[in-house]
Amino acid sequence: MSTPLIDTVDAVETVDAPARRRGARSPSLIVGSVLLLVIVALAVVSLVWTPYPLDHTDPAARLAGPSAPHWAGTDRLGRDQFTQLMLGARTAVWIGLSSVAVAFVIGVPLGLLAAAAGRFVENAVIGVIDIVIAFPTLLLAMLLVTVYGASTAVAISAIGIGVSAEVARLTRISASRVFTQDYVLAARTCGTGPLMILVRHVLPNIWHTLLVQATLAFGVAVIAEASLSYLGLGTPPPAPSWGRMLQEAQSTVAVAPWNVLLPGLAVAVAVIGVNLLGDGLREVLDPQLRTRRRATGR
Amino acid sequence: MLGYLVRRVAWLLGSLFVAGSAVFFLLRVLPGDPAVTLLAVGSSPDQLAAVRHRLGTDRPLLVQYGHWFGDLLAGNLGASLFTRTPVLDQIAGRLPVTVPLALSAFVLSLLVAVPIGVFAAVRRHGALGLAVSTLAQLGIALPVFWVGIVVVWLVAVRWRVLPPGGFPRTGWQDPAAAVQSLVLPVATLTIAQGSVLVRYVRSATLDVLSQEYVRTARSLGYSLPRALLRHGPRNGAATVVQILGILLASSLLGTVVIESVFALPGLGSLLLTSVKARDLPVVQGTVFAMTATVLVVGLVVDVVQRLVDPRLRGQA
Repeated sequence: MSTPLIDTVDAVETVDAPARRRGARSPSLIVGSVLLLVIVALAVVSLVWTPYPLDHTDPAARLAGPSAPHWAGTDRLGRDQFTQLMLGARTAVWIGLSSVAVAFVIGVPLGLLAAAAGRFVENAVIGVIDIVIAFPTLLLAMLLVTVYGASTAVAISAIGIGVSAEVARLTRISASRVFTQDYVLAARTCGTGPLMILVRHVLPNIWHTLLVQATLAFGVAVIAEASLSYLGLGTPPPAPSWGRMLQEAQSTVAVAPWNVLLPGLAVAVAVIGVNLLGDGLREVLDPQLRTRRRATGR
Repeated sequence: MLGYLVRRVAWLLGSLFVAGSAVFFLLRVLPGDPAVTLLAVGSSPDQLAAVRHRLGTDRPLLVQYGHWFGDLLAGNLGASLFTRTPVLDQIAGRLPVTVPLALSAFVLSLLVAVPIGVFAAVRRHGALGLAVSTLAQLGIALPVFWVGIVVVWLVAVRWRVLPPGGFPRTGWQDPAAAVQSLVLPVATLTIAQGSVLVRYVRSATLDVLSQEYVRTARSLGYSLPRALLRHGPRNGAATVVQILGILLASSLLGTVVIESVFALPGLGSLLLTSVKARDLPVVQGTVFAMTATVLVVGLVVDVVQRLVDPRLRGQA
């Protein structure tokens, strides 16, 4: 995904320099990056510093509102909510990144295989993709939790496998489009092997689509993680998660509504941030797509 | 068309078989022994063997698989490990909550989101259009259970207008109470589904707006609403049907989380409690039933799409 690859990009889809500069001023890219940066900063800082240790309780200040000692208030045990929000950001970013990695490690080779191999393999892969897409991530996660119990690894695998189907579908469609191009035919005629065609022609032409998909997938993963934790099927305690913070805050919403507002806001900031970033990247990387809607279907 | 229908139904049966088998084998790699979970600590080996025999887990995996598959063909999804109630009866008992919930949210999101989505597309440069798109974006980014908790807090806790959760023990024998307890869950699910739908409808409408037939119609003197009404439905129908399918499937799945927020005794909470209790047959049956519904909806969508859009019929 480095710049030299752009030299080999086919003329039609070339990322021209003026478009890049235009894109650099794309408001979605800037706002999205800033929002996402806030979340990532919370996560990174939590590695070295949090206002309080996670298990520190302040019995005198249970369910207290935001104040100088507790910026985001405390929960019903008197634990600092800002500390939990920071550690929750770490969980969200970690699970988001790992699930996207799992999804791409499974999805991209599968999609490329389907596009490059013959019709039989392609139909088989399409069949598998269709079934996995019909099989919702939440149900897959529930099955895996039944077998292995709730854990971070299970959440990552379930979300990753669920998202990988969409990644494979998109990879196959984009790669098939490249395979029908004349320059691929020309390369084949010159005796270029399939692997070389993938590296020299296909990947350089589809990586920007995949990058945008990765940002969307990250947003999906963050929401999925929060939902699983809310249902009690995600990262087990004591590791904090925005979803479980919400689940715990639900019973005390009458006295401490801010405990519900803040974790929800955190999820929204992360998801909106990454979605805007994706929109912005799409504008920057593929000016054509600004007018032509992306053909993802669902 | 008939040939296509036959192929498509065969494909559905194949998918059901693959999905069902995947669920079966996924659950059978369970590291624990259900018999041990069921019996008290210190049970004798004879008792364990008896329970294993009752559950059928003492037989080879492939034999169990054969039995499961045979039972499935006979319409039998097995029985709960703990209560021994047939899974099918349990599922049927939960439908009076889940089906009205999912269907009302489906219909309501359509009624609310389609006009808003078209409006957001037509007025995409206006302040109100932008505001609508932004709100929809927010609705997608917020987890549905968060929306649910906030709705409960506002309507049930602060205003005390409606119950915060639960479902009357007598079910639909008290229709007023049953409807009351479904209002907030349906509203929450509608907000979540509606936001997604607004985005779909908006981009589908933008697609239609950029088509040449709309420009031609406008140059012939049609107003924009008339041009859209004249050409939009026929051209956009296939997309709309596809969206309906996605929406119906996600309304069904959305009930899993919603029922947890509002403590409703539906299909989703049946699944959740049996996952936590590791009640294999119930998990297996419920997941299979849900997946089957999603796959059947997919089939209906594909067939209806071909009926309404002749352009699709040439494709394989």
